[in-house]
Amino acid sequence: MSYTEALRTCLAGEMRRDKSVFLFGEDIGVYGGAFGVTRGLLEKFGPERVIDTPISEGSFVGAAVGAALAGSRPVVEIMFMDFITLAADQLVNQAAKLRYVFGEQARCPLVLRTPAGGGRCYGPTHSQDLTAWFVHAPGLHVAAPSTPADAMGLLKTAIRSDSPVIFVEHKMLYNEKGPVSPRARPVPFGKARVARKGTDVTVIAWSWMALEAELAADHLEADGISVELIDLRTLSPMDTDTVIASVKKTGRVLIVEEGPRTAGVGAEIGARVFEQAFDYLDAPLTRLASPNVPVPTSPTLERAMIPNRESITSAILKILED
Amino acid sequence: MPTEQQLLDYYRKMLVIRLFEEKVEDLFTRGLITGTAHPCIGQEAVAVGACSALGRKDYVTSNHRGHGHFIARGGDPARMMAELFGKTTGYSGGRGGSQLMADYSLAFLGGNGITGGSIPVATGVALSLKLRSIDRVVLCFFGDGASNQGTFHESLNMASLWNLPVIYACENNMYAMSTPTSRSTAIADIADRAASYGMPGTIVDGNDLLAVQAAVRAARKRARSGGGPTLVECKTYRLSGHSRGDPRVYRTAAEEERQRKLDPIKLFRKVLIERGAITPRSDKQIRKEARQTIGDTVKFARRSPAPHPGTLEEGLHPCQR
Repeated sequence: MSYTEALRTCLAGEMRRDKSVFLFGEDIGVYGGAFGVTRGLLEKFGPERVIDTPISEGSFVGAAVGAALAGSRPVVEIMFMDFITLAADQLVNQAAKLRYVFGEQARCPLVLRTPAGGGRCYGPTHSQDLTAWFVHAPGLHVAAPSTPADAMGLLKTAIRSDSPVIFVEHKMLYNEKGPVSPRARPVPFGKARVARKGTDVTVIAWSWMALEAELAADHLEADGISVELIDLRTLSPMDTDTVIASVKKTGRVLIVEEGPRTAGVGAEIGARVFEQAFDYLDAPLTRLASPNVPVPTSPTLERAMIPNRESITSAILKILED
Repeated sequence: MPTEQQLLDYYRKMLVIRLFEEKVEDLFTRGLITGTAHPCIGQEAVAVGACSALGRKDYVTSNHRGHGHFIARGGDPARMMAELFGKTTGYSGGRGGSQLMADYSLAFLGGNGITGGSIPVATGVALSLKLRSIDRVVLCFFGDGASNQGTFHESLNMASLWNLPVIYACENNMYAMSTPTSRSTAIADIADRAASYGMPGTIVDGNDLLAVQAAVRAARKRARSGGGPTLVECKTYRLSGHSRGDPRVYRTAAEEERQRKLDPIKLFRKVLIERGAITPRSDKQIRKEARQTIGDTVKFARRSPAPHPGTLEEGLHPCQR
């Protein structure tokens, strides 16, 4: 099953399971969403459960917050993660704070799905990975699955959760295939997946970068290099324990992030490693991320910007030289 | 037509709101509470008039100037005052302060610190009610300033498009903080904006409680019968400053003096006297009781415990670290 099919199967399953779940976003009905994730769901569930919205991100996300407070379970689609900035107030100032301020009475079971990242040459305003912004906002959960099975399992958890969740999908993962059971149990938030066990170096990644790191690790395995790959799956909450345990074992760390390097999620992970496992490091901690520039459109420039299997391979080899 | 008992209840509520706000200003001046608050002195008739037109289960969303809305909806002034003192007995346990208090059991979803922030939220509550065929409406309070936010226009469009049971109650108090509507808003009447979204926009004297009540009642009837949303513009005036410490240099004393003659509580008192619902003597007693209520709120707030610093990180998400 593809990543897209896993998401769609999950949405349909959750909509059947719970009548209060509805889908909300631009062009998600007849068109099926810009990347086809909701294709066919309008026919199955009707226009009261699959609702096309006007191009008003700031307000339809706010309306989803209101619907969630009133007892519905909206699953919102923001067509490109870049457009989430238009809804930032409703996410950061409204949804994120309700529970902390108003207590138990305020439940905001809101899921906001959005395709992030580059790889398709969509240019500066359709290619960004803004995940770090929302990891920095207390009160929001952030998930970023890399496999079809996790797309299914984490989305189940997100929809059943009473807290607002930013669910980061990736344009380069939609066509990726993998084993998925529609009856699979929900995947808990805050629990990383050890994608492969290894002894020489710990690589920490998520979303598309976890896939690229996996390919790099395959390549290095042929040369006898053993990579332990940790796919964080959720950035907030973050499974620091699994990271620290691995670092203590390997003594070498590479953090791979698609978003800009400065104040990125990788910086946070790195700081936690220094705080909790400094004495175990045998080599300088390395971060691989995009430079601090907007994502350019040109294929050669975009390729030069975002980490990939080759740059991950080189970074690992360099760490092992130290 | 409201009964005499109801009229007296409206009057008491307006007095409690007025005295609550005056007490809050006094407490700031004396340095007994910290932070800030936005008093609604002069706008009591909008809060009480609009809320009196609702059913018990209808939802209300509020804004930064929300003490009046909450009291009108049945909020406990003592717990509100405790919130302003930052105490555990406050509505938000001291975490929200003046702008962020809610009581879902009263269907009061709370104030909002972002101008225009609650307009889409109210719209979404109405969407959920419609999707689940629940016979309740939403009343959304906001000011003239918020009507210049994108959320206002986007939300009214969606509400009309989907025929949602929501009443947009705009309190036009003539100033967005210091900026008069004439310098911030391209048209004179905010109600006219409703036409762009295919919904009725009505204008009402916001200092006339019964006029506000009638307008909101009509809008509610329309919403419940599937007629969709209404924009009700209540023309009023904030007799106090925007927030604590506002020197009000942007308007003249003469203007304020003119507006004081239109004080909604004075106007309503006249109505009650004309109808024989109060006498100068019973009025004195009612006011004494209201003062007593407010005095008690301060006592309650002052003797309530402050939150323990150890609770700072509690209550967000069990696993978010």
